[in-house]
Amino acid sequence: MSKPFAITLKPGTSLANLTGTWRTERPVYINRLPPCNNACPAGENIQGWLFHAESGDYEQAWRVLVQDNPLPAVMGRVCYHPCEGACNRGQLDESVGINSVERFLGDEAIKQGWKFDAPATSTGKKVLVVGAGPSGLSAAYHLARKGHRVEIQEAGPLAGGMMRFGIPKYRLPREVLDAEVARILDLGVRLTLNTKVANIEQSMKQGGFDAAFLAVGAHIAKRAFIPAGDAAHIVDAVSVLRSMEGEDKPMLGRRVVVYGGGNTAIDVARTAKRLGATEAIIVYRRTREKMPAHDFEVEEALQEGVMIKWLSTIKQAEEGSLTVEKMVLDDKGVPQPTGEFETMEADSLVLALGQDVDLSLLEGVAGLEISNGTVQVSPDMMTGFPGIFAGGDMVPSERTVTVAVGHGKKAARNIDAWLRGATYQPVAKHEIATFDKLNPWYYSDADKTVRPMLDMIRRQTSFDEVQGGLDETNALFEARRCLSCGNCFECDNCYGVCPDNAVIKLGPGKGFQFNYDYCKGCGLCVAECPCGAIKMVPEET
Amino acid sequence: MGFQPVKFYQTGTFTVGNRLLAPMDRSVQAGQTRSNSINSGHRACQGCGEALGARYAIDAAMAESNNQLIAVNATGCLEVFSTPYPESSWQVPWIHSLFGNAPAVATGVAAAMKVKGKTDVRVVAQGGDGSTTDIGFGCLSGMFERNDDVLYICYDNEAYMNTGVQRSSATPPAARTATTMPVGPEPGNVFGQGKNLPEIAMAHGIPYVATATVADLRDLEYKVRKAMKMHGARYIHLFVPCPLGWGTASSDTILMARLAKESGMFPVFEAEHGEVTGVLKIRRQVPVEEYMKPQKRFAHLFGTHARPDMVARIQAIADRNIRKYGLLEDEGN
Repeated sequence: MSKPFAITLKPGTSLANLTGTWRTERPVYINRLPPCNNACPAGENIQGWLFHAESGDYEQAWRVLVQDNPLPAVMGRVCYHPCEGACNRGQLDESVGINSVERFLGDEAIKQGWKFDAPATSTGKKVLVVGAGPSGLSAAYHLARKGHRVEIQEAGPLAGGMMRFGIPKYRLPREVLDAEVARILDLGVRLTLNTKVANIEQSMKQGGFDAAFLAVGAHIAKRAFIPAGDAAHIVDAVSVLRSMEGEDKPMLGRRVVVYGGGNTAIDVARTAKRLGATEAIIVYRRTREKMPAHDFEVEEALQEGVMIKWLSTIKQAEEGSLTVEKMVLDDKGVPQPTGEFETMEADSLVLALGQDVDLSLLEGVAGLEISNGTVQVSPDMMTGFPGIFAGGDMVPSERTVTVAVGHGKKAARNIDAWLRGATYQPVAKHEIATFDKLNPWYYSDADKTVRPMLDMIRRQTSFDEVQGGLDETNALFEARRCLSCGNCFECDNCYGVCPDNAVIKLGPGKGFQFNYDYCKGCGLCVAECPCGAIKMVPEET
Repeated sequence: MGFQPVKFYQTGTFTVGNRLLAPMDRSVQAGQTRSNSINSGHRACQGCGEALGARYAIDAAMAESNNQLIAVNATGCLEVFSTPYPESSWQVPWIHSLFGNAPAVATGVAAAMKVKGKTDVRVVAQGGDGSTTDIGFGCLSGMFERNDDVLYICYDNEAYMNTGVQRSSATPPAARTATTMPVGPEPGNVFGQGKNLPEIAMAHGIPYVATATVADLRDLEYKVRKAMKMHGARYIHLFVPCPLGWGTASSDTILMARLAKESGMFPVFEAEHGEVTGVLKIRRQVPVEEYMKPQKRFAHLFGTHARPDMVARIQAIADRNIRKYGLLEDEGN
């Protein structure tokens, strides 16, 4: 070896020494399932769309979002966001305001006029969707994107189902719903209104449909037997909320009593308040802790002056008054009568005791299983009749818009596979990125952004939207509170902290790669990865 | 003022890189074209804090000097693991002479560059705590006193590690080393007077003195770049945990440096002409136990024959640092 004067060692010659042979464990890049994604009933890739929102690329964020859910502006208003309950940031300060960023993206899409990508192929298959509620719209959207011809037949005069005829305007402005429905129809989905499917087999045969997705919802109000005088004014919550969409607003009087403890009871009480009732009182047989309604809705109702009479059942209704019996919870938490009665003044009684499914369209269909008033479906969302699938409120599950949207997506995947003579194989889920997999040191301290609320007088007197949205600056702030659990967000920590230069940075968007020739397996990259996207695995011997 | 962390954009400046920061605000280490002054294939232990610290510091110096840099190295771990004949990991002009004379050699290199008119070529000298606080201390003090145009970087891992973990004057009280065994009424290293080299350097009144750790990369890069913008004698004392000598997991190197800073055991500050001008505040204060417990060199202070009295004395040292440098956010500094 000839070297210049006074040079004994050539630069960088240590590369001849492959220190990777020291290793007993090797780091590998992985993706873990973020808890938010895991909790989302619609199966959204929340961490995935927040990643794009973090860099201000809202359109790309929206495009990733709508791969799973075509209704982000609706969802950003009415979803009960179980994602936020699961969010790892909740263990650090407060969960990321996922729902508020989703709404921002949904509103931004409407403002900017972003459209869905047109279907790449056409399969020539025809699918009938019965019902234009969240589940039906979601299924239609996903089926259309997979290249199928879709027709939605809706019994009502407008699309939206319970999103229009159940959820009050102050929670979901109708122009938002209309915009998101229109965008689905732009994909080529045909919507036939005022068409009640009376016999599903017949409708399929007539229209030449290869498969059907039933999503008629649950619209029939449950009744309770309450002895009532002739002049007692008793109505059900479903029809009250439905009539809010028509010309003639319901006449409830000045003192309105709502019977029930679910979200519908809250909605109708808040609606009554806005219609001018001086008192809107919810009568519920158990306690606040046992109430099925979501706590924030209960809180908002109380703020608006809705009153709640806990541990009470209604025994009798007369003109202008009700007889109420006090209850106590027994050891098992079941309410028991006490024999103590009192009288309440009431101009009207609204029953909000749950809803049943109208199953008449399924009469005579072979192989169907009906249980507890709902249609039974297999895990692939298919009913006992081949080619007929069902979802949303008419199948057994939690009855929320988000669950319905998830059903629509799942059914669409299975219908698509079924039409091809195949079976849909879901991708195996990654392990969950629990909080202990993270290194929270690296995340900046940042408190949750609070969404503005409408002032109280307008909340009590108008149907204006109660909760405001985020603007561009605080939506960006909120998105950047995401910890990116389990998925690399290119913070360069692994690339930086390796004492052996054994991490190769591939460039923006391309991630990193280990150079196992030199990686000694110290594990520093794993320990210092903020989001838990690297793990050590034993070296094969 | 000191280093001003960016507190937002998801991870701010806590992480090595951040795709949300403007390119000019990103670290040298995040760059795909960083010089990798000390390349792969070196023989440092798994998880070596010194190998990491040396690349952090010298890459930053290279970036600031437009790659016109000569590095002088004292004997020690860094020299041994990076240049076993006939290999070298260095990708900068690099010279090694003796254990104790690195500051003097660097003075000579700087003088030679001056004579040759190469004003753009800058000189860095580097060594471990052994060569800096013990063996080369006289040469270093001379270099400071003459204000020679050299940045001296001490990689402090608190003992002589490559020769088998013997005590140095930077070894903390109570720590076990091969020469301070955990026996007798006061096991481990003595509670001596200490030898705070950054403060000794400050006492020379030299233009710039700073301390830093491998857990705060952005602060370290800021300090190296700032030092390289100055001329005269400059000193950076870089805290580099040693998995071998401390008995810690190889994956805990950065965590140890972080806990040393967060507990107040290692104050991170900078000083110009003998006056402290900035401190890196404690972000989430921890008791010294949290820093000491994962280290086997302090194992004899915990467990069956626990010595809470000695732990309390070490906590008192941390508390004194916190007071002295105003390390807590609410102290109004």
